[in-house]
Amino acid sequence: MVSLPTFGRAKADAPKSGLPKAGALKRPKKERILVTPEGIEVPIMLASRGSRLGALILDFLFFIIGTYLFVLLLGFMAGGVQDAFDPETIENAQGAMEFLYVLLTLFIFFVRYGYFLAFELGPRGATWGKRIVGIRVAARGGGRLTPEAVIARNLLRDIELFMPLVFLLVAPTGETGSFGIAGAIWFGIFMLFPFFNKDNLRAGDVIAGTWVVEAPRTKLAQTLSTSGAAAASGSSEVTGARYDFGEEELSVYGEHELQVLERVLREDKDDALSPVHAAICRKIGWDPGAGDERAFLEAFYAQLRAKLEGDMRFGKRKADKHS
Amino acid sequence: MKAPVLSSWFGKSAVTAPPDIESAALRSDRFRLEREEDWLRLETIVKQMEKGGLRRIDDEDLLALPTLYRTAASSLSVARETSLDAATLRYLESLVQRSWFQVYGPRKGFFAWFREFILGGWSRAVREIWLDICIALFVMVAGAVVGWILVAQDNDWYYRLVPGQFADTRVPGASRDVLLDTLGTQQDADGLSAFAASLFSNNAGVSILAFALGFAFGIPSLLLLVYNTALLGAMIWVFASQGLSVEFAAWLSVHGTTELFAILLSGAAGLHIGRSMAFPGTSSVLEAAATSGRRGAVVMAGVIIMMVIAGLLEAFPRQLVGSVEGRFLIGGGFLAFWLTYFFLYNPRRPLEGE
Repeated sequence: MVSLPTFGRAKADAPKSGLPKAGALKRPKKERILVTPEGIEVPIMLASRGSRLGALILDFLFFIIGTYLFVLLLGFMAGGVQDAFDPETIENAQGAMEFLYVLLTLFIFFVRYGYFLAFELGPRGATWGKRIVGIRVAARGGGRLTPEAVIARNLLRDIELFMPLVFLLVAPTGETGSFGIAGAIWFGIFMLFPFFNKDNLRAGDVIAGTWVVEAPRTKLAQTLSTSGAAAASGSSEVTGARYDFGEEELSVYGEHELQVLERVLREDKDDALSPVHAAICRKIGWDPGAGDERAFLEAFYAQLRAKLEGDMRFGKRKADKHS
Repeated sequence: MKAPVLSSWFGKSAVTAPPDIESAALRSDRFRLEREEDWLRLETIVKQMEKGGLRRIDDEDLLALPTLYRTAASSLSVARETSLDAATLRYLESLVQRSWFQVYGPRKGFFAWFREFILGGWSRAVREIWLDICIALFVMVAGAVVGWILVAQDNDWYYRLVPGQFADTRVPGASRDVLLDTLGTQQDADGLSAFAASLFSNNAGVSILAFALGFAFGIPSLLLLVYNTALLGAMIWVFASQGLSVEFAAWLSVHGTTELFAILLSGAAGLHIGRSMAFPGTSSVLEAAATSGRRGAVVMAGVIIMMVIAGLLEAFPRQLVGSVEGRFLIGGGFLAFWLTYFFLYNPRRPLEGE
């Protein structure tokens, strides 16, 4: 646990990163590789600008609703204060009213700056809005996310969001003249900062050394080779037939087709099964029957995977049917 | 026939016993079935940690966490070389990523961080940006002098510099009594806490802006400092022209030593970021920005605290303490405290875990 993990950029042609195997599946553009101290390469996906905007809008929705509820509560209390004192001794009520005003001012200040801070410092590194869209904040260098970094990235929200919005609303009215227009352009640069770099960093991310990544919460799916015709002793439940494919028939497809087939089997939609079934039969020269597609595909999947994984152990990989 | 995906959608309610390992036709699936119990246990622990319930986790689970994490990580690297089951690979990648964030996640809670911050972290960060503080101080003094000179030469400048809210009765040519009246005190504390709260919220907002603007190579931070102190210089001139400079200085010093110091620090922190981005030295611009930004953030967290104190000072002692000596005593006392705290208080840096 001594060495810190490092980040690299995934390149299709980078041989030094072992993950994108030569000829294997193409890695997406938004992928970055995190190398853990154990030497394992874990791919991390950058959050898209759209999901970040969505998270921000959600967060502001929560902020507005929370403030509104708080103001309602205060208004309710203020009404109570007024009722409690009769008009002749209204001076006494001033202290109580003032206290409510102080509460409101401090509440707005601390919620505006504290909401993002508190949640991004938590174990999930994300506000409610970010959690809903499934993204989180992480340290760019691969180190720990420190409180300083979270403070820094949130202090810049003012010039990235509030100031540009103010200027954009005021500048078109012409009240502030050319100064307003210059200001709007100037702050517009900060607002659009995530569009000017490939890591989607906003200005706050730059000075905090953070970035926003996807935080997938994938469930473990079932094994496909333990049931039905794919299982070791399995045969079709409908016809009782066992499908056996020869070396030649299995060598037409590669890993890409295998994963497409896996997806079809996991989704298990009847209208998707039969075209796939027909396509495979055409390709390997079998006569496509009907009524037993799933058993056929399960058996084909299991045997194709067994073959490709067997080749893999000898260092042979076949990315797709063209290679 | 089974629909494998559907059952996993319903999560907890549909937990089924794992299939018999022997029934798996594929070696890679047998590999998976032998280990998935550990993976699922790790996932449960990580899920609990993400919910923040570190205390609810059994000691046994907590001790097992590093081992389970390494098991999952090594399973991932083995599976990458032997398995073509995309769903399992994706699950392992997300599991390793999630548990990595927890195992190597933030070790300090907010309160532990805050303790470290008060006991040395803050003053260390302030000392680290000393050069920027010097520059910002110079700019602020220059701004005040410029404000003074401008108004001394042409009184009209006063109205251009000072926004309407301050230019009530405090204008060039106002009589001594009127000016003295604005420096007076109130009889009781009514309304002062509301005053303090809005002062704090306003001033803290301005200092955050001064810091954030430093991102643009620090120039806007400096402009903001110049503008604000020019306003101050203009006001000093108005009071000095009626021979009230000592009274004004006393009135200002109560909260001003804290507030102006905080503004100085926020401008300097902004400038620090701008300067390190313009002159990153041997590191890349991004690295330099991140290092200085984190340092600046520590200073800024302190600035917010100073602004709370300044708001309280401005609202209560300044409006209630009337004597020149008393005001100087409070203001000078705070200035001495801040200087001592920032530049003389230097505890040993605690050993970092990293």
